[in-house]
Formats: sequence, C-alpha cells, structure tokens
Amino acid sequence: MREFDYQRAHDVAGAVALLGTDPDTRFLGGGTNLVDLMKSGVERPARLVDIRELPLDDVESTPEGGLRIGATVTNADLAAHPEVRRRYPALAQAVLAGASGQLRNMATVGGNLLQRTRCGYFTDVTRPCNKRLPGSGCPAVQGEHHNHAILGASDHCVAVHPSDMAVALTAFDAVVHFETADGPGRLPLADFYLPVGDTPHRETALPPGALITGVTLPPAPVAARSRYRKVRERASYAFAIGSLAAALDIRDGVVRDARLAFGAVASRPWRALAAERVLVGAAAGAEAYAAAADAELAAARPLPHNGYKVDLMRNLVVAVLSELAEEAAR
Amino acid sequence: MTAATTETAAHAPVVGTGHTRIEGRDKVTGAARYAAEVPFAGLAHGWLVLSTVARGRIRALDTDRVLAMPGVLAVLDHRNALRLTTDYTGLLGTRPDPTCAVFQHDRVPHLGWPVALVVAETSEQAREAAEALVVHYEQEPHDIELTAEHPGAYPVDGHMPAVTGKGDLEAGLAASAVVVDAEYTTPEEHHNPMEPHAATARWDGGRLEVIDSNQGVTWVVGELANLFSLDPAAVRVRSEHVGGGFGSKGVRAHQVAAVMAATLLQRPVRVVLTRRQMFSLAGYRSPTTQRVRLGAGPDGRLVALEHRSISLTSTVHEFVEPSAAVARVMYDADAHHTANRVVRLDVPTPTWMRAPGEAPGSFALEAALDELAEKCGIDPVELRLRNEPERGPVSGLPFAGRNLAACFREGARRFGWADRDRRPRQRRDGRWLLGTGTAAASFPSGAAPSTATATAHPDGTFTVRISAADIGTGARTALGLVAADALQVPPDRIRVRIGDSDFGPAMIAGGSMGTRSWSWAVKAAAGELRERLALGADIPPEGVTVRSDTTEAIGSLAPAERHSFGAQFAEVAVDPATGEVRVRRMLGIFAAGRIVNPLTARNQFRGGMIWGISMALHEEAVRDRASGGPVGADLAGYHVATHADVPHIEADWIDDTDPEDPVGIKGIGEIGIVGAAAAVANAVWHATGVRHRSLPIRPDRVLSAPGPAGAPDA
Amino acid sequence: MRKKQLMALSTSSVITLKINGEKHTLPVDHRTTLLDALRERLDLTGTKKGCDQGQCGACTVLLDGRRSVACLQLAVTAEGREITTIEGVADGERLHPVQQAFLELDGYQCGYCTPGQICAAIGVIEEHAAGWPSAVTEDVRPEAGPPDLTAEEIRERMSGNLCRCGAYVSIVEAVARAAQTRQDAATALPDAEEAVA
Repeated sequence: MREFDYQRAHDVAGAVALLGTDPDTRFLGGGTNLVDLMKSGVERPARLVDIRELPLDDVESTPEGGLRIGATVTNADLAAHPEVRRRYPALAQAVLAGASGQLRNMATVGGNLLQRTRCGYFTDVTRPCNKRLPGSGCPAVQGEHHNHAILGASDHCVAVHPSDMAVALTAFDAVVHFETADGPGRLPLADFYLPVGDTPHRETALPPGALITGVTLPPAPVAARSRYRKVRERASYAFAIGSLAAALDIRDGVVRDARLAFGAVASRPWRALAAERVLVGAAAGAEAYAAAADAELAAARPLPHNGYKVDLMRNLVVAVLSELAEEAAR
Repeated sequence: MTAATTETAAHAPVVGTGHTRIEGRDKVTGAARYAAEVPFAGLAHGWLVLSTVARGRIRALDTDRVLAMPGVLAVLDHRNALRLTTDYTGLLGTRPDPTCAVFQHDRVPHLGWPVALVVAETSEQAREAAEALVVHYEQEPHDIELTAEHPGAYPVDGHMPAVTGKGDLEAGLAASAVVVDAEYTTPEEHHNPMEPHAATARWDGGRLEVIDSNQGVTWVVGELANLFSLDPAAVRVRSEHVGGGFGSKGVRAHQVAAVMAATLLQRPVRVVLTRRQMFSLAGYRSPTTQRVRLGAGPDGRLVALEHRSISLTSTVHEFVEPSAAVARVMYDADAHHTANRVVRLDVPTPTWMRAPGEAPGSFALEAALDELAEKCGIDPVELRLRNEPERGPVSGLPFAGRNLAACFREGARRFGWADRDRRPRQRRDGRWLLGTGTAAASFPSGAAPSTATATAHPDGTFTVRISAADIGTGARTALGLVAADALQVPPDRIRVRIGDSDFGPAMIAGGSMGTRSWSWAVKAAAGELRERLALGADIPPEGVTVRSDTTEAIGSLAPAERHSFGAQFAEVAVDPATGEVRVRRMLGIFAAGRIVNPLTARNQFRGGMIWGISMALHEEAVRDRASGGPVGADLAGYHVATHADVPHIEADWIDDTDPEDPVGIKGIGEIGIVGAAAAVANAVWHATGVRHRSLPIRPDRVLSAPGPAGAPDA
Repeated sequence: MRKKQLMALSTSSVITLKINGEKHTLPVDHRTTLLDALRERLDLTGTKKGCDQGQCGACTVLLDGRRSVACLQLAVTAEGREITTIEGVADGERLHPVQQAFLELDGYQCGYCTPGQICAAIGVIEEHAAGWPSAVTEDVRPEAGPPDLTAEEIRERMSGNLCRCGAYVSIVEAVARAAQTRQDAATALPDAEEAVA
C-alpha cells in the first residue's frame, strides 16, 4: 500500500470540494472494499476523503410512500430498518445475505453500489485484467470462470458484480442521487452501471468528482411480497453464484405485477425485464414462471464452465415465484 | 514445606475425566500470545517477495530503488543471502524441501517461489517496498496439470512402500459376480490454519532464538541448525501458543528468511506470511486422481481389490500423498493391489495435511464400497462387517486392537440406521431431497521417542517440562492430567510447560502421535519422580527433577497393525433446483485408544469431521493453467466450512484402551476426517441417486451432473 | 477531534484512540489499520490477524458497541470511536458471560479465532436483543416479531468468524448459553441489562 493523505469531510459540499477532480483521490466509506483493494494494490490512491461523518445516515419515508436511504447508512442499519423490512422485505433479505455481521456494520449503501468485482484475476495485480489494466487481456475467458457472467458480458471482461443489495434495489427501480461541484444529480440504477463492451474499466455513469448522497426507492406495493434468494458455495459468508430478487402480485390467478432481478450473472445487477413482460397478465403458475425465465435467459451466452448458471437462474425463478404465489394464497 | 508430598491414598484418577483447558482463560481474554505477538525492542519487519512466473530464472532485481524507500533496511536475495546447507536428513527422516532454503540460486521452479525478503522499520514500509520490488525473469514454459494418464508418473515410497500386490487382479475381477470400477478425484486443498505462519528471529548472547508458530520445536531447531550449520544447542525455538497447524507448520521460508535477516542486521526480525502467500509457501494437499476396482461375490465378500492413486509434487522435492495405502489396512481380498504414484510439475511442494493419504484415499475407497453395496443390494454397514479382515491384508501382521465392527454397531444404533430405506431418492423435506450415508475410518497409531522432565518443588507443586506443541489439541491440559495420575496429585498442583526446545527433544504434534508420545515420556518422568519422593527425601529449594527418555521403550514394541478405527454417519439435504448440499446431522463413533480428556477430545473429533464436511462440499484451490498460479488465493476464494455449514455433530467413542501404551492412548488428531467426506458423498447419492466422484460437491457440479438430480434440459 | 500535523499532503497523523475506556495518543502512518495499531503499536495483541482481508473475522472488535473487523478499519478513521477489544470485555477479573461460556464448554481449540468469535458473539447477542433479523429469519417483516435465537440463527449470525479447528459445535453452545444468561439477567432484573452489555 502506498502512502496517502487522509482528510475527514464534515458536510457534503466540503467532501465534494476535497475530492475535486483529482483522479488519485477516493472517498472512503466503510472501507470494507476499498481498504482491501488498497492492500492488494488494485487501488493506490494518494488521498482519502473520509465521508463516514457526513449527515447521510438516515432512512426516511418519502411523501409518495417510498424510501430515501442515505449513502452512509450502514448495511446493518438498512437491513434492520422497520420500513425497509415492511415495504421491501427482499431488500432487507438481500443485505442480510451479504458478507458477515461485522462487514454489514461497517459497509455503507453508497460503497456497496460501488463495490468492485471479486474476480480472482482482477484482485491479483500480477495477472492481466482489462478492468484493472485496460488492454492487458482477460484471462478468465480461457481460465477460471465458473462463477463468471452469462449475461451482458464481452470478450473483454466476464466478471460479475458482487453486490446483493444492488440486486434488490434494481428490482425496485431505485434511483441513485449524487452531488457534484456543479450541483446535484440523479441516475436510475438501471442506467447507473455501464455496459461492459470494450471498456470494462468504466463501471458507472457517475460523473467525475461525484459523491453518492443516497438512493431513493419509489413506492412499490408489489414489493411488500418479495423475496431474495441467494445461492453460494457455502451456506453463509460467501459471494453469490446466482441470486434472485423477486416480487409478485397475483390477483384472481393472474399476475398483475412482477419484479425480477438476477445477481452474480452479469457485470451489474440484472433487471429481468423480458421475464417481467412475460409474467404480467399471464396465468400464475410454474409454466408461466419457466417461460418468463426462458425469455430472459435466451440472451445468455455461457462460457465453457458456467453453463450451470442458466439452469440455476431458471430453477430459481420457478422456485421463488412459486413460493411467493403460495405465500399469497395462504 | 520440605517433605515429599504426593498423596497416595486419596487420588482419584483424572485421565478420562473432562477438564477445561489450562490456558483457557488466557485464550478467552486475549492474553495468550502467539508467534507474532511477543514484543522485542528494535524489531524490524521482513516481507517476502514471491515469483510471479511458474518456471524460469531471475534475470535481475531492481533493489536500488527499493533500498532508497522510507524505512527500508535491507533486501535479501540470491546474490547476497547466507549460504545454507541442505545435505542432511531431519528429525522426521526426510530431506529438507529446498523451498525453505531461500535465496540460494536464481532458478524459479514454481509461481510463488520466494525470491527476496525486504526488511524495514515498520510492517507498512516493508510491505510497500516488497510490492515495489521489480524482478525481471527469463520465463520458460511450465506444466502444472495433473492428469490420470500423465506420462511422467512414477511410484514413490514416501513413508511406506509405493506399490503392494498379491494375487491375480484381472482373474479375480473376471471371476467376480459384482464389479465396481470407478475413478475419483480430489482437488488441491490447503491447511489454512487461522494463525498465519510467523517467526521472529534474534541473536541473544551468542544463541539464535526464534519465536515461532510450529508443530514441533525440536523439529524446527534441528532444521535451522542444519541449514545454518549451527550447533543445535546454540538454537532455541519457542512456540507457546500455536494457532493451528494441520501439517503445515514445520520449517518454511519465513523462519529461514527471518534468521538470515536477523543475522545480517543483528536485530530482531519478524516475518509473517500473508494469507495469499500461504497458498504458495505453507504446503498443501496434492490433488489426487484415484482408480478403485472392486470385485466381489454376490454376498459382497471381496475377491479382488485395486486402489491406485496419482498425486503431484514439485520439481524440487518429492512428496507423495499415499492415498492408496488406506486399502492396505481396511479390506482384504485374494487379489489385492495398491499403488501410489507421483508426477513432478511446476508447482509448490505439497506436504502432510490432516490424515495425509487416508483423507483422500478413504473418500475413494469408501465411496467405492458404497457403490459395491448398492450393486450387491447389501446394506453398506453390513457390507463392511462382512469384509472385516483377520490380519493386516498386506502385512499379514495381527491387529493390535481392531474395534471397527463395534463402532459400526454402536453408530448404526445411535444414528437410527436400521430404519433406512436402501433405495436412493426416497425422502423429501420441502425443496430438499434427504439421504444418509456411512463410511469407515482408520488411522495409524504410533509413538515416537520423546524426553520430558518432572520437577517436585518444596511447596508441594510440580512442574512438567516437555517440548510438546499445543496446536489446539489440548495437549497441555492432557499432559497435566497424565502427570497428575502418575504423581497421584490433583492437576491444579501441576504446572505444564511446553513449546520450548530447551526442554529437550520430543515428538512433533503430528501423525496423531503427539499426545501419545509426550504422555509416555511425561508418565515415565512423573512416575519415577513419585517413586523417588516416596523414599522420603527432603526437597531442596531448586526442587527434585527426573528426566525421562522413551527411545528404548518405544523401540521394543513388537511389529503389529496399530490403528485407530471409526464409523462415520451423515445425513444430507440436497436442493436439486439449486445444487446446494447441506449436512443436517453427523455422527462419528471411534475406537481410538484411551481418551485422556473427553471435553477436548470430543471437540477434536468433531473438528476432524467438520474437515470432512468442508472437504466434501467446499474446499478446492484452483490453479490457473496459463500462469501456473492460484486463482482466488484467499479465504473468500478458498472456502472452508463456516458456522452455517456445520450442524450439530455427535462424536463419541467406545472403550479401546491400548494395552501396549502406558496410558492406553492411540491418537485422535486425524481419524475424525477419515471417511467423513465419503459418508457425506454417499449420503448425497442416497438423497439424489447421483454419484459424485469428484470433490468438492459444489452446486454447479450437482446441477451439471447427469441423472435425476441434474437438469437434463441444460 | 483530530490533530493534523501538516496542512498539505501528509501521510501520517497524531491520533487519539479510545480503547477499552482508555485514551492512547500515537502518531500513525495513515496506512496503519486499527488491527496493526492494536497489535504492533499498542501491544494489544488479543485481536488476531487471520487474513487481513475481512474474510475470517479473527480481528473482530466492537466499534461503538458494534462488531467490526479491525483489519479493514484504518486506525486514523477510528479516532473518536469507542473501541472495545477482547482485553476490555471482562469486568476486571470476572469474565464476560460469553468468555465464561467459551471456557466452560470448550468453545475453541487453537484459540486463535477465539477473541474474534467472542467479540462477534457479544455483538450477535446485542443485535438479536435489538430485534434484528438475519438471513435465515423466515419472515423479516417487523410484524413477524423478533426471531428466537435458535442454533440455526446463531450459526448464520456467527458465520463471519471462521474456525479452522472446527470448534463450531461448542462455540454455538457457548453463544446460546451466554445469550440465555443475558436473557435471564434481563428478566430477573431489568436494570441489569447494562451490566451484561
């Protein structure tokens, strides 16, 4: 780890000013990802601006009936918040499925959105990686990729986004709010993460110098009956190999509304809009759920060793939607 | 008080009764200091630099720039390092792995080979400087891939013969009513003790002192004295608390580099391996490819047995994972053939890891037995009972106690085995398919020469000193109980001092032999001390000390098949939609000699069984073919079982006191893992109807497997 | 709060850390983690370094009463927070109920993960008492009420702490016993809650 300057910001404007346009300065939230990456040499900032003390640690109801979540709210506080648990249970479940109790106490919502991939080539600075070192190549395509992307990847990068929280936020149309020297801005989460293409090192659409200040969730009655299911290679404290955030509203045997987002299958949380289109208006049942999954997964381009993810996601969609339907019928 | 004070009348034996650990309070309060935690004035920090190519030669190291960095004191590499001696045979009868003889030449035989040590005032400075050191290599093509048909495979004896054989195998198989012929694979597995390898070296009054984390101070002293051409009496190694070892904590690059730096700088130097470095420098269990062929009559009695295993080793040192040897103990057949072969590849040297040979070998053999039971239509417990040998199948020697059948009977009773439907895929609980499986376990029982002292003090207390290592086994506490019974005093009157090479030579914590070997020496010293005190002499202020040496007694044991045995039972749940496998309960019944401290022994048996769960479902180190290095070399990439993976586990034992051991001990450190992975894998078959012959049974493998539990429409 | 020595780019600071109720003022390289500050600068070696990457839990301490990993917390960012390490959880000579339960039930083997397991368990018990759900809580909605602290709940909540020796079964028993002790104390004497916390 190289030596660096450290400053604490006390308000949003001050934080933005401290960051300026210096490409070697980073905001430091909980540090659970950035400090790790600094130790491995992936990140080598010259200056850290500590934003943990910013007054962005509240979860509040919006007048429309949604929620506004501050950027420095910890994962633990987010998952414990009664309104999150009541209105968006899948979001609470997603956060609780991530990392460990210790890390959830430290990690912040803003930092979670900006997590870097856990691809073993990205985190090893002695190996090529187009995301870390543009143009150096992607060894995962020919190498170890059993937990890499099946959707939206390119020959340049097949890494997956590691966040669980962001999968649920994506399902519920979250909007990211940020502040820059030129004033505030907002980005729907759907537009927040950039397509991989041939620029895997460019991960988000955040303008340079921007500080994430929070996330808003619009009201979503369908989310009250929602669920997050995560599959991983041990029962806890592991990144997903496939996950699903799902919400389902069935009336009179017909799907009125549905939300689906996939985790660990793409460079970003993957909103399954094609699947949702198949579901809405369809007769509820395993057949419709499978058809929805197939509609989404038709675009899958698995690598030699991750084809199982297509089956996994299909099975997850059928299983979780069936459970939600059963729950509704009770 | 000066008179002899052993109490002959009132002493109730304490061996066999549960006691909390002597050092327990220190461990729960954080007061117990491990190797990297003993403070020294003027301490400098060393950081190893490892090669980033898998084969080649160091062309140049840009050390000048690094030496100019803040706090940097020295850079050691092959151009300036002390010359070492590697032409010797160590305590365990093996020659040194050249990987620990650091910086002696410019060859690079694997990725992660130590090429330099950067020493600085602080650990932050050392790390940054080590990472800034640019090393230029002349790279050569490498080969890291173990295959069953590798042309370079050759038989290696290791600590046992590579090949054994009797009878006509092909004829036996041809004459068998039922034949199983299957290939099993296990992956590269890493010990990953929670405490990383760490050593602090310093010269103190003409003696080299190393505060270290290891499994045997005698062993490490011997290796360091040989490597540095020192008189062993001029070397002292201390390891009071050791944060796990499992076979990985012998002599490694970091101790040797620390000694080199301390010698050069004449100040204390500490070198700690990072978790990532441990994946290259701490040893590991070789992957194995095993073929098992079994031929049996319709009643399941074995007619022919073949177990062949291939493992890998580095190009600089020969190490064999003797997986096929487990068959030499477990089952007999008229035609009986076993072979362990090795391939030399451009990889780090593997080493002993908890139940070397038996752990992967029992997975293959006991899974094959389960397949045989299925094919014969015989209950898997009954199949094993029918194949209990009278004598060692290969040695022909008698068994010094073989209580395997009793373990199976007790285990089957407690597990509720009798109610089991033998057909697979019969039980379901919601989204989960349920199944149960069993497997047999064995591990050699042995003792090695050790010395100990027992001292009586005038105040009525005693001190026992032995160069034992407590790597979590509870050895310190067990030895206190053994001494208490030998002296016939309450254990709280005995101080147990271990982990200091100045206490004299002793066996390592390894091979399930530590507690047995040390107890023998402690009982001998304490017993003799008691006899001497019984004569009624006064105790002088410096105390009365008796020294024991068990070399002769152990040497006079008659040859026999000496082993611990066990029966493993597991129940698993498999979600066929996601491929997740969860162990729901597990039971192990062991015949493993006299249990000194039931509280800690139960914990240790369970720990071994949890290793079996971890091996069956989680552990796999992945090596990148292109670079030759590990991918995801950390505890997020290499999964070991965590709390949520581990259900309630019962471990218990039957009476199995070893008549030839003074305390009746056999050894319990390794047998818990043996057969455990097979029991889980057999239960997965019972749940799903699909055989998984490659570990670990990851969700992707369950989903990709052909057959009823997979997804045929993939 | 923080006494910065230099106004321009500086790579170290003099900070004051409040650890186990005691203030320690020391200069730190900004790169120094809280873990290394404890172990290498303040001789508080009870907090263990198992992976240095947030992947094992051995370095768990309590920050403002909440369990956190000290390896990913830069020391300079810990200024102004209440830091409790394993050395500070006992009440003088009297062990914390979690420590006592680990000792009696053999909730460890080599002992290296133990301080982290104990600090994590203290956090787990408090989080559960505060009504927090976990990943295995069937219904996370507040209307469902807080889950019982079953063995399954304990296992999930403790999963951030690896124990390679495999002492999990007795660790879970120890956490359950300590949680029960806390609950009994809270029921018997509502004011005693603070003493246990």
